[in-house]
Amino acid sequence: MIKVVHYLNQFFGQIGGEDKAHIEPFVKEGFVGPGMALNAAFKGQAQIVATIICGDSYYAENEEKAKNTILEMIKKYEPDLFIAGPAFNAGRYGSACGSICKHVKENLSIPVLTGMYIENPGVDLYKRDIYIISTKDSAVGMRDAIPKMASLALKLINEEEIESPEKEGYIERGIRINYFASERGSKRAVDMLIKKIKGEEFDTEFKMPDFDRVAPNPPIVDIENAKIALVTSGGIVPKGNPDKIESSSASKFGKYDIEGVYDLTNETYETAHGGYDPVYANKDADRVLPVDVLRELEKEGKIGSLHRYYYSTVGNGTAVANAKKFGQKIAEELIKDGVQAVILTST
Amino acid sequence: MVKEIERAGLPVVHMCTIVPISKTVGANRIVPTVAIPHPLGNPNLSYEDEKALRRKLVEKALKALQTPIEEQTVFE
Repeated sequence: MIKVVHYLNQFFGQIGGEDKAHIEPFVKEGFVGPGMALNAAFKGQAQIVATIICGDSYYAENEEKAKNTILEMIKKYEPDLFIAGPAFNAGRYGSACGSICKHVKENLSIPVLTGMYIENPGVDLYKRDIYIISTKDSAVGMRDAIPKMASLALKLINEEEIESPEKEGYIERGIRINYFASERGSKRAVDMLIKKIKGEEFDTEFKMPDFDRVAPNPPIVDIENAKIALVTSGGIVPKGNPDKIESSSASKFGKYDIEGVYDLTNETYETAHGGYDPVYANKDADRVLPVDVLRELEKEGKIGSLHRYYYSTVGNGTAVANAKKFGQKIAEELIKDGVQAVILTST
Repeated sequence: MVKEIERAGLPVVHMCTIVPISKTVGANRIVPTVAIPHPLGNPNLSYEDEKALRRKLVEKALKALQTPIEEQTVFE
């Protein structure tokens, strides 16, 4: 029997939500949560012998320690295959799934597999190293993801030929494989060109990597006279969340006047973010948005001034297209208001 | 957001706990912080010590904004 070890976060591991995101990794025998469907999808060809559960924040904040502890836990079961997730669009979870899969692959030389939504930050971090099944952005896509994961997992174990990303449902890894095409290159190129001229869809055979990088701007030379603005994806809002910024998949950002505000307190500010334990930020929002110390620095003349408005959204499964739009709009306003530099905090 | 603010021409420093994600999203000036739910604080410290820690991190961020860089740089 093929032995599989499965990795889950605290949520899918049925331990709890953000209040349990700090838990250290531990093992449960057999399958847990989504492991049940995965195990069934193996149709008796493989079996989940153990499940490792770890809190998302714990893994993200202690990556080196976490991955080595988990590796030792996995070793004991001598598995033939390691599966993590699927993580859908959960950023910390996806990064953890990618990280642990890569670590297991490198140290135990067994096939590994995970699943994520294409915009999960774990995809760009790990797609070159491991197979990541492309999933929907939330657990609604579980039913879709599980059979694809099980099927690719069995192929990997049986060392069958892995077909193209489209056929197998995994995220493109940037690996080129030689094969015999039925038509010669010149014909394929002309066919493609004709399609392009006609405005039809065509698939390039040589994709350019997508490096969207922005070069760093020159530094601030005169910070004692500079106007600095605060922006956060940590969801800090005036108490009551007046703009009703969503706790996940935010569709908007807020702009808040902090003139005369020297300290964020539990009576005046809170977080709208649904992707981390809000206890600490609700008690003292300066822990995410450092208004108090910037006011001090302003008073001491270490900075020119703190911009009158801060901008806030919730970075929790937020679509990249939305985040981009928010960033553009915020930057436009900041420049118009004469801001010279930005401190952006993220949770 | 960091990238779009930088693209618009403003120097921006990203203060966050998961540095690899910050690098992936394309931040250029990065200051690593304390923990996900409290990047600029530590509830285990006294109020004064916590504020001092926050001030140190913000000063680091200001220093990053004053440092010329050519590529993504983590200010430890």
